[in-house]
Amino acid sequence: MNLNLSFNDNVLSVILLSLEISTTAIIIGILIGIPIGALLALTRFPGKRWIVALVYTCMGLPPVLIGVIIYLMLSRYGPLGSLEWLFSPQAMMMAQSILVTPIILGLTMSAVQAKEKLYTEALKSLGATPWQAAWTIIKEARKGIFAGLGTAFGRAISEVGAVMLVGGNIEGHTRVMTTAIILETRMGNYPTALTIGFVLLAISFILNSFLVMGIIGNLREERNYW
Amino acid sequence: MKRISFYIFSLFLLLGLLIGCSSAPKADKAAQDTSKPAAQATDSKDKEITLATTTSTQDSGLLDYMVPIFEKQTGIKVKVVAVGTGQAIKIGQDGNADVLLVHARSQEDKFVQDGYGVDAYDVMYNQFYLVGPEKDPAGVKNVKTAAEALKLISDKKSTFISRGDESGTHTKEKSIWKAVGINPEGEWYVKAGQGMGATLQMADEKGGYTLTDEATFLSHKGKLGLQVVLQGDPLLFNPYGIMKVKSTKKSDSADQLIHFFVDENGQKLISEFGKDKYGKGLFVPSAKKR
Amino acid sequence: MEKLKLHQIVVQTKEKTILQVDEISFPTRNIFGIVGPSGAGKSTLLRVMNLLIKPSQGTIDFFGKNIDLPSLSYLKAIPIQRQMAYVPQKSVMFDTNVYENVAIGLRFHGIPKQEIDRRVRVALEQVGLIDYADRKATTLSGGESQRIALARSLVLRPKLLLLDEPTSNLDPINVSIFEQVIYNIYQQTEMTVIMVTHNLLQAKRLASQCLFIHQGQLLEMADTESFFEQPQTKELAAFLSGQMIY
Repeated sequence: MNLNLSFNDNVLSVILLSLEISTTAIIIGILIGIPIGALLALTRFPGKRWIVALVYTCMGLPPVLIGVIIYLMLSRYGPLGSLEWLFSPQAMMMAQSILVTPIILGLTMSAVQAKEKLYTEALKSLGATPWQAAWTIIKEARKGIFAGLGTAFGRAISEVGAVMLVGGNIEGHTRVMTTAIILETRMGNYPTALTIGFVLLAISFILNSFLVMGIIGNLREERNYW
Repeated sequence: MKRISFYIFSLFLLLGLLIGCSSAPKADKAAQDTSKPAAQATDSKDKEITLATTTSTQDSGLLDYMVPIFEKQTGIKVKVVAVGTGQAIKIGQDGNADVLLVHARSQEDKFVQDGYGVDAYDVMYNQFYLVGPEKDPAGVKNVKTAAEALKLISDKKSTFISRGDESGTHTKEKSIWKAVGINPEGEWYVKAGQGMGATLQMADEKGGYTLTDEATFLSHKGKLGLQVVLQGDPLLFNPYGIMKVKSTKKSDSADQLIHFFVDENGQKLISEFGKDKYGKGLFVPSAKKR
Repeated sequence: MEKLKLHQIVVQTKEKTILQVDEISFPTRNIFGIVGPSGAGKSTLLRVMNLLIKPSQGTIDFFGKNIDLPSLSYLKAIPIQRQMAYVPQKSVMFDTNVYENVAIGLRFHGIPKQEIDRRVRVALEQVGLIDYADRKATTLSGGESQRIALARSLVLRPKLLLLDEPTSNLDPINVSIFEQVIYNIYQQTEMTVIMVTHNLLQAKRLASQCLFIHQGQLLEMADTESFFEQPQTKELAAFLSGQMIY
């Protein structure tokens, strides 16, 4: 079967695209989720309870639902149809960003909240300005935040429903590991499907180990941390 | 503390490697060593058989219409597994189904020749359509044959969405390209790797052409801006075959299902299917022992 | 003249008054011991002085500055807070090394790097943990943590050092080290130390004046010797003899 012959080239590009899309989504999620999550954890205002409840709800958004909504928005007749993003990597990044942002936001929020309770008074007593205190608390919460990033990345890269809908699984363009696995399975190429599956597993595993052990270990050693 | 984490990490890595090494060869074996039918799952209920078929028969609603009638007549329960043709045939090879209903003649013949299947029948056929945007940028409406049409599309580099999933429709499409002597490649040739419905939607969104089976197209017609730009070429004929998986343990029930589809009564049911909804039958009965 | 004086402090919850102090004047450059039964309002008094809780009324004369406490904003409190330091009963350690845990306040105050390095080293020497500079602070024992917290306060060179039962959870050796450091600092600098303690011997050892707080009120304040030898109220007498009236 020609798919087995072209395995190396094609599968490599599929893996790289997966990484590219999920990494971009995570970066977008970091840029939005960490500041807002930290802000929600560190401030009090009326109606905050409702926003927090909304965030926790969004953390459990079914990816397929995200996919359908993005599909309709980007569809030729949809409100964002003029972008011509449907069936493009951008659409997939968009879907994955919407998937991971609430996860990063929510986990940042709970991590920061836990530290806020512990450190606020000590920081105030040490003469920290509100900014210095906030920054210190966020840094103290880094383990929780990194764990959140690992979780979010795992969710993004292993997600299939939304990227299939909005990306379209186009060969050499929007085919990522999960959609390739579906396709190979449907074509009866179980070995190829399994191989990609293990690559996916390995990437998830290595990345999580790196996040949980590597980065945190490095930060521990760093002296001029503040 | 750090040391412990390191050991745990190593352990996981080792575990990962072990799983990776032991499973991949197993999968290869399953793929190659198909001459030995996999042991049939211990199904206590003899009155339950598995039909592996393509998504088109399921999506068109044909099976929802036929299977309950069969179940009522015989008391045999039919589990329908609707997948791509490639996977349907693989499921048959692995002995995980009792009957196949598919549409990829060359693959079907190979399945029988290789000794996996017996009692193959033609059941019915429907047509493939070449569909495209109303504007018809490649001017396909002016030609009469599928070969000419694809050549035009390729020459003009108009967007063409291919199923790209080794399905029956994709196999058919590839055979036409082969007949024209073109190896489609480039930006304009999009390999969707999805089912027919999703591929039609993609063609609609991207303003491209695609090859579709009649049933799926008719059932999606209202929601799409696509039009039939070519039909009637004998090359676009889409015959379905039904056959028994040789390794089945439920040979009698399998025979009954096959005969239900190819007997006079079943053929009549097939011819009537879809008339009320689309004004014409979606499938043309054509039962014949191969 | 430099002064440290509290006026008309009232701290209330909805149900009851926790602290009500007409006036306390702390002659500076002294060590003060505050004693009293649990729940008397000793910690509350310290936290009011560190501007961590706002009383419903009251002012403080802080080394020449008269501050109305209820109206004090977060930002206005910072420059005053930076002139004092506070060691609670159980100090938090930040998830980094010991060095940074000591330096943290100085970094907030914007002290230049070299000066930070100098002060941190001196303070770590003083508390006897100079070899711990690169250790992870979260792995320290309770006694070591309290000594680091003390070093963290000393590097700030506060005019006022507030200690809230800082040795109550420590073993005798750590208590003795802690007390020695405080005594040395007191002798070498012009710091004023106010220390809440439940350990009467500790107050006797360190303080030059002692205060007795009971049911939210200051009942007695005297030189340590007369405080222990000639209690003026029957409550203090009972407290000192171990028959506290709750």
